[in-house]
Formats: sequence, C-alpha cells, structure tokens
Amino acid sequence: MSDRAKWLLIAIISIVALGGAGVIGVVAFQQYQERQSAPSSVETAAPTDWATGDRVVFRNTASGQGYGHVASVQLSDPAGARAVTTQACDRVDATAEEFMCLKSERGIAPSYSATLYANDGSEMEQWPLPGIPSRTRISADGTRIATTSFVTGHSYATIGFSTETVIRSNDGEDFGNFEEWSLILDGAPAAPTDRNFWGVTFVDDNTFYATAGLTNAGIHYLVKGDVAARTLTTVAEGVECPSLSPDGTRIAFKATTQGSGPTVHWTPAIMDLASGQVELLPETRSVDDQIAWLDDDTILYGLPREGTPGDTDVWSLAADGSGEPEVFIEHAWSPSVVRG
Amino acid sequence: MYISLSNKPEPEDDGTETAVDAPKGPRGIRTVSSTVITLGIVSMLTDISSESVAAILPLYITGVLGLSTIAFGFLDGIYQGVSAVARIAAGYTSDRVEQPKWVAFTGYALAAVARIGLLFATGFTAIMAVITADRIGKGIRTAPRDALITATSRSDNLGTSFGVHRMLDNIGAAVGPLIAFLILLVIPDGYQTVFAVSLAFAVIGVAILAFVVPNVRTRARARADEKSGADAAPKHRFDWSVVTTGPMRRVLAAAGILGLLTIGDGFIYLVLQSRSDFAAQWFPLLYVGTNVAFLAFAVPLGRLADRVGRAKVFVWGHTGLLAAYVVAALPIADIAATILCLVFLGTFYAATDGVLSALAAQLTTPETHATGIGAAQTVVAVSRFLSAVGFGFLWFAIGREASVLVVAGVLLVAIPCVALLLKPFLSDRGAP
Repeated sequence: MSDRAKWLLIAIISIVALGGAGVIGVVAFQQYQERQSAPSSVETAAPTDWATGDRVVFRNTASGQGYGHVASVQLSDPAGARAVTTQACDRVDATAEEFMCLKSERGIAPSYSATLYANDGSEMEQWPLPGIPSRTRISADGTRIATTSFVTGHSYATIGFSTETVIRSNDGEDFGNFEEWSLILDGAPAAPTDRNFWGVTFVDDNTFYATAGLTNAGIHYLVKGDVAARTLTTVAEGVECPSLSPDGTRIAFKATTQGSGPTVHWTPAIMDLASGQVELLPETRSVDDQIAWLDDDTILYGLPREGTPGDTDVWSLAADGSGEPEVFIEHAWSPSVVRG
Repeated sequence: MYISLSNKPEPEDDGTETAVDAPKGPRGIRTVSSTVITLGIVSMLTDISSESVAAILPLYITGVLGLSTIAFGFLDGIYQGVSAVARIAAGYTSDRVEQPKWVAFTGYALAAVARIGLLFATGFTAIMAVITADRIGKGIRTAPRDALITATSRSDNLGTSFGVHRMLDNIGAAVGPLIAFLILLVIPDGYQTVFAVSLAFAVIGVAILAFVVPNVRTRARARADEKSGADAAPKHRFDWSVVTTGPMRRVLAAAGILGLLTIGDGFIYLVLQSRSDFAAQWFPLLYVGTNVAFLAFAVPLGRLADRVGRAKVFVWGHTGLLAAYVVAALPIADIAATILCLVFLGTFYAATDGVLSALAAQLTTPETHATGIGAAQTVVAVSRFLSAVGFGFLWFAIGREASVLVVAGVLLVAIPCVALLLKPFLSDRGAP
C-alpha cells in the first residue's frame, strides 16, 4: 500500500470512528435534554412545604425534571405526590431542621462536596470531600454529622481502595478522620494497616456505631465510637454498614452471605445488641446500602431498578423476618425518616 | 512540538530498512525518527482512550451501576501484578518470534477490543473483565513498543527518542481525563458517549500502528549484514545472559532498589490532601498535574541523558522523587507547595521512565532489546508494588508525614549508593 493510500485509509477510519462517537454523543445529549425538560415521570407537588410533617426525605430518581434532587413524601402516603426541591444531591440525610447533602460537583475537574443545609435551602456548612460520596448521617439532635467517601484517585495509582470517614459538628468543628482515632480491636489497641471505616449510625451526639473493615483480611467489625475520647471499639464481627433502630436495641446491617470481592452478595440482617443474635431477613437480592429504619418494625433500603441505569427504588421489609420486601417509594434513593 | 509525518522515507516492511530513518529537516527536528513520532501518536491516542475511561470509572460504578468500589480497589493490586509479569513475557516473545510490531499490536488491539466490551457491559463482573483485558494489553505492548523505538533510533539519541515518545504519551494521559469530564459536563449521564469516544481513539491508534509503523526485524537485518560482509559466524541470536549478567544485572538491581523506595503517587497525593485545602479540592486531578510536568520535561531530560549518560540521569532523577517527598512532608500548606510537589514528581518520571528503557536498550543486543526493556519494567513495576504495600504498613505505624520522611531519608542514602553501583557506566552515552 502506498503512503498516500495508508493515510487515506487511516483518515477514513478516524472519520468513521470519531463520527460514530459523535453521533452517539449527539443522540445522548438530545435524550438528556429531553429527559431534563420532560415533566417528571412521577406525580410531583410544589416544594413550598416539603419539610413539614412526618415525612421521608430522599433523592428523587424519577426521570424528567427534578432528577437527582432532594424530595419528600408524607409518611402517611409514601406513594403519593412528592415535593421536589431544587437541591441536587447524591446522598441525603435529614433531621427536622436541616439536611446533609453529599454531591459530585460537575466541572472540568470533578470535585465532591458535603453541605449542610437548613430546610429553607440556606447553606450552614460546606467542606470538600476527597472522593465519591458514599454515606452520610446526622445525629438525632442535629449537632453531629458523619460522612464517608471513597478515596479512589486514579485507577492506575497504587493506592487502591480506601474510604475516608469523618465526623463534624453542625457549627464547623472537625473531629477528624477515623484513621487518626484509636482503634481498640478485641480489647487491645491496634493499628492494622489495611483498616478502613465507613457507615456511621449515631446513638447520640457523642456515641455512634460504624464499620471497621480490614480490607486485606476481608473482616468487618462493628465498632462503637466515642467522639470525645476519639476511640473506636470493636463489639462484633461480620457487621457492615450498621443502622441503629429507633428504640436503640437492634442494628440493621448488610451481612455478607455469599462470595467476596466483585461477587459479594449482601443480605439485610438484624442484630440484637443485648444478645448479639443475628437474623438474616428474607431478601434474595444483594443489598448494597446503609439501611434506614421506617419505625421499630420496618427497615428501608435502596436497590437499583433493573434495566434502568441510574434509577433506583426504596424497598421496605419487616425487621422480624415476617413478610416479603415491598416497594416503599418508587424512583427514590437514600431515604431518611423525619418525624416532627 | 516537532511532529512531521510527511516527507520522511517510508521504511519497507521486509526488514531490510536501515536502523534509522534518514533524518531530514532543520537541526532539532531531525533528532528523532518518524517511527518514534508515529509510535508516540499511537500511545497518545491509546492513552486518551484508557485515561478517559479510567477517570470516570469510579463515578460510573458508584453513580450509575449503584455499586461500591470496594472490590474494585482491592483487586487493583492483583491486576497490576499481572500487568508487570506480562511486560517481560511480551518482551521475550517479541524477541523470540522477532515480531515486535505485531506483539505490540496484540496489546493495543486487546485494549481496543476491551473498549467494545465496555459499551455493552452493564455488570460489575463484565467491567472487571474489561479492565483486566486493558491492563494486560498495557503490559503486553510496552516492551515490544520500546524495542521498536530503539530499533528505529540512532543509539546516540535514544534518550531523546524515548523523551519524545513519553511526551506524546503523556499528552494523551493529560488530555484523556479532560475529554471525559468535558463530555460529562455537557451530558451529565453521558458515560456511553465517553466509552464510544474512548473506543474511537483506541481504534484510530491501532489503525495507525497497523498501517504505518514498520515491523523492524532485527535478526533478519543482522543476517543481511552478515551476507554482505565477510563470512562472520552467525552469532546474532537470542541470549538470556545479556539480560541477566553484566551491566544489565546491575541496572536491574539499581531499578529494583530505587523502585522499592518509590511509594506510589497515591500516597503523596493523600499527604498533600490531608493538609492543603487546595490539594483536597483538586485531589481527583492531581495526577493530571504530574502528567503535565512529566510531558514538559520528558524531551529535555531525554536529551540530557543522551549527553551526560542515561544511567546518570536515571539515578540522579530520583532526587526529583526525594524533593517531592520532602515538599509533601514539610508543614507547608499552600498552593505553591502542592504545585511544586507535582512538578518534582513529574520531573522524576521524565528523568526515569523513558530513560530506563533507553538505558536497558543501550546495554542489550538488538536480539534482546525487548526482553531487556521488559525485564527492567517488570522489576520497576514489581518493586513499586512491593513498596506501596510496605509503605502502607509504615504509614499506619508511624504516621503520614513521618513515614514519608523516613522513606526520603533512606532514598537520600540509596541514590549515591546506586550511583556507586552503576559507576562503571554512569557516564556511558552508548554512542558507537
């Protein structure tokens, strides 16, 4: 083949390849625009009094306007019209007066932020996150905020996976990264190199539970944390992403029931704190979420909606193992139950 | 940038071309062959392809697939190991079958095919398969490609040739993530578009490699030389001892020792991020800053290596790493410290990455170039992986800044020691 013919061939291949990618891009852009400007695929209400009454606050994943925004439904009518705010978040947790919002900021440089908002949408605190948002929880009195994010950096970097979990107060005090706290493993201080922490659930403004994971060993501990003492003490094994029941007697969590690594299967489970007894719940799908409690008898969790990337549903399940999972709120993610 | 793709003599594919494309043009432009530039462009396109996907993959896995990245990071180390072993294996294969171009092609093509898979993969397992194929492809192509660069360069400007190649390569590494994020800026859920664009760049890269880059067959050339010359004994054959004894053994040892003290950029970024709000804000893009510094210094340092000796630049280039450690660990928390640290890190890569390949090529015979380069890269990859693991222990045992300073201290001693180890040919410029 002559020089000229070779470059002509390469030019044709380039035009076809980039042209094809361009067409995919244009179609994707148009579809995105249509989805954005289309009315929401679910019934919505004006957000004027979205933060009143007993409610479930969540991330709206219904396509159309308001996708990814914080929304709420009345607790008495979870399937009813949702009040969609203008605030877009990836992870949400709410109390009566305020809500936490973890999000990926769009831009030529991706950045991630944690923001504490008052219910009227005014910013109270904001700080950057080192990576993709994972979990956030606010203590019941609204003074302590926990955030977990993945610190991934660059996939060719040698650091691999780690999480960063920090606790802050609602007036900006930083209690620091858990990796700098003292870990008490089986009664003795320890500093295993592969320790990671995630998934905080508050007992009160000083005490909380969380997960300590030893990545290499593949072991997960339930740890009890003390903000003032900066300690994390292991209390049980095999408990990941804990969530304390409203009455404070049980922990709902995701238990590894099969596989490991990319094939891991998590089943929602309940641990009785007094006896340490664990009961697996009748859910056959793998649940990768920090469970929330609807009330003392029912748990809530999000699952990806099959066949629709980017869409999710919130499911409910009886905490005593009776009954089957049911859809609680369609097209929703990251639920938190607010009373008052 | 001095790129000229036309008006160059086109080497024939029959293996009888001369080792160097006849240089043309004004001084400065003529220093590297068109094949080196073509290979640089192939690498640039492939890096745009792989880095654009790598940059958004964590977002895609967590945001769209709704999965956590735990397993992803956990398996990362294993794939790095596979990629490291693939380097020497592919180098050896390339030398034995005498097909550097087509062995490299296999690596590039594997990565391109993996991109097609990405367009259709929806589950975590499928994505992991794609990533694995991509890593193995990267491992396969590196050594034979560097052997091609060697075969089409003059031995006295090998460092410059590798510098030009690495510069183009890193333009791709810096541009790729920006293209990906730009697409997501315009189309917030446009992951499929990123994958399609990535595939397009990979395909163009593979096409240029297949149609333009000559398959330089070293032994055939050597045999031709013999025929034309006197009846010299046919001694041109593959010989492991070239790689495992003499100067190469020392270079591999030096690369291993210094590799063990190269803790991985990730840790340095974490130190910066923990202290500086600026670094925390820009954490996901710090590596792009390093790539930019790398590409800026790749050619000047490659030239310097040609002038003062490759071993010298390789060894003393580690002072850039030392400086990066010190700046990262010192209690300065402003923007300048972060930027300075990235510049030092990029300088370190510019002084060591391509220069090591040039050094390995200089110390091996034409029949063992790919094996020698592959061996050096495997040693570097394995020792850096061990270093990252070991440093993880130190990090948690004595703390962030302290552990970095300890490694910096050891490196301060190791650099002169390694210089001593390589003293016999520290200033050897490899010129005929």
